[in-house]
Amino acid sequence: MTEIKLMKGNEALAEAAIQAGCDAYFGYPITPQSEVLEYLAREMPKHGRVVMQAESEVASINMVYGAAGSGFRAMTSSSSPGISLMQEGISYIAGAELPCLIVNVNRAGPGLGTIQPGQGDYFQSTKGGGHGDYRMIVLAPASVQEMADHVFLGFDLADKYRNPVLMLSDGAIGQMMEKVAFKPYKKPDIDKSSWATTGKPKTRDRNYITSLHIQPEKMELHNLKLEEKFNQMREHEVRYEEYNTKEAEYLFVAYGLSARICQKAMDIARGKGIKIGLLRPITLFPYPYKRLAELAPQLKMVLSVELNSGQMIEDVRLGVNGKVPVEFFGRLGGMMPTPESIVHHLETLIMARNGN
Amino acid sequence: METNQATDILATNLNTDEYEMVYEKPKTLVDVAMHYCPGCAHSLVHKLIMEVVEEMDIQEQTIGVAPVGCSVFAYDYMNIDMQEAAHGRACAVATAIRRLMPDKYVFTYQGDGDLAAIGIGETIHAINRGENFLIVFMNNAVYGMTSGQMAPTTLPNMWSTTTPCGRDTSFYGEPIKVSELISQLPGAIYVTRQVVNSANGVRRTKKALQNAFKYQKTHKGTCFVEVIGNCPSNWKMTPVECSDFIDDEMIKAYPLGDVKVPK
Ligand SMILES: Cc1ncc(C[n+]2csc(CCOP(=O)(O)OP(=O)(O)O)c2C)c(N)n1
Repeated sequence: MTEIKLMKGNEALAEAAIQAGCDAYFGYPITPQSEVLEYLAREMPKHGRVVMQAESEVASINMVYGAAGSGFRAMTSSSSPGISLMQEGISYIAGAELPCLIVNVNRAGPGLGTIQPGQGDYFQSTKGGGHGDYRMIVLAPASVQEMADHVFLGFDLADKYRNPVLMLSDGAIGQMMEKVAFKPYKKPDIDKSSWATTGKPKTRDRNYITSLHIQPEKMELHNLKLEEKFNQMREHEVRYEEYNTKEAEYLFVAYGLSARICQKAMDIARGKGIKIGLLRPITLFPYPYKRLAELAPQLKMVLSVELNSGQMIEDVRLGVNGKVPVEFFGRLGGMMPTPESIVHHLETLIMARNGN
Repeated sequence: METNQATDILATNLNTDEYEMVYEKPKTLVDVAMHYCPGCAHSLVHKLIMEVVEEMDIQEQTIGVAPVGCSVFAYDYMNIDMQEAAHGRACAVATAIRRLMPDKYVFTYQGDGDLAAIGIGETIHAINRGENFLIVFMNNAVYGMTSGQMAPTTLPNMWSTTTPCGRDTSFYGEPIKVSELISQLPGAIYVTRQVVNSANGVRRTKKALQNAFKYQKTHKGTCFVEVIGNCPSNWKMTPVECSDFIDDEMIKAYPLGDVKVPK
């Protein structure tokens, strides 16, 4: 039976972790996502699961490594500075091919920045973050509902590819309250006995978890194997949502909170007779380049709207590949644009184009 | 698997029927040549741990965590399930393993750079929580793997590649006596410092490892076995000179014996 609750995004995320059969959560307090650790500290023990406040984000991510390496469903969450600290660990997890879920409730930076929402971690999330050649599926929830849904999806994708999955949320989606529905979920039965370190029985060779391949020939083979996995993701895991794109002449591209604001901006602009649609990437890696390429010929202009100084816009440009001008609108420092300010910017850009 | 030339020669020249078998390698050690430099204590301590695992018949219940350091390849030699942790993070990795599988035997194997420099935070917090695992701490007073830089345990005035005039304690402080430091934490139940440059030392070290594995089953806290090791290549000494240096210098700074035993 579907259960409907009114919850904060961070709480929906935490509740979803329990319902998704997360065996272990490790975290370190940081605004705006401390509710996750608090909620799980209260609830996980009731289910006989492991929850720990670690001594740092460095410890958290390496605890996730240990748990995932022994075949358990493990996750951590943090916000921007904490996620920066985790990057080495994330790289090891990808290198050792361990499934796990990492959540970044993005705040504005750089440095200590501010606790208000931001999308400045787009580059870090989608272009590597840690060292070496690796990728992660990056899910960008735009509602409290998706804060929950992406947990189930994220864990399943992590298991499917034996790779970390990142949820890139933000301070607003994490803190706001909305209705959220929890559908019954069954944790898939996955046989991890061929690699998980659970103690070596006489009947099998030892399992070991490592990201080390000291001979370059072997390391290259390992890299190629990983790359093949990332290509599979590129092929099969692109997710996006689009609105009013059919006859659109203009297009907003935005994810997460920005996409929510753009939805309203789109309605206002359409009320003024501007034929504009919205493309909302749900996966930031893999990115919906192909869909952008398909839409490009019908468009006069694309506007990338972000809570940063222009990061995703580089992927939008790659997608349309020069076929149509791509413009940018963003607010920084934890500030959020009003829908009206986005429409105003759009109108100015259209006028400038038509005027010449 | 690579063949070991030395053992091949031995095997062909030795008619084993004529000899009484007095010692066999434990089955818990993988039968390959180790990459360690001649005379290095790492290989000996690996063997001791694996002997204990075999004698206690706990291969199936034991999970080891290898560090980043010379012993990063421990999983190539120890025939048990293992995880290779990021530099300094073995105690965090082991914490999760042990918390999720409280009935298993878990140990970390860490060098002094790994445990006492970059990983001192994870080490102290894991021990303070009284995590039920064993930490085997190899104190060779130097960073072996990266070729001989100063470690937190490098002795005063001791030469290293990054203290070319010897460790100046007014600049870098005194070496950290990790066993004494962590024995202050209530979570530590068994803390001992041993040495492996003599037959007696080897026997005592093995006994300490046996104790530590057994104490894990009491679920009372963390066991910590420090072993004074050596590093012939980076100390620029022969193994015999290393042994003398241990007796003359190392154990003066790092006194041997139990620092803390269970009540
Ligand atoms: C984050 C990080 N920093 C530095 C290194 C390089 N590094 C590898 S091993 C090591 C020190 C090893 O020394 P120790 O822990 O004393 O072990 P030993 O090699 O002497 O056994 C260092 C600094 C690394 N791998 N990762």
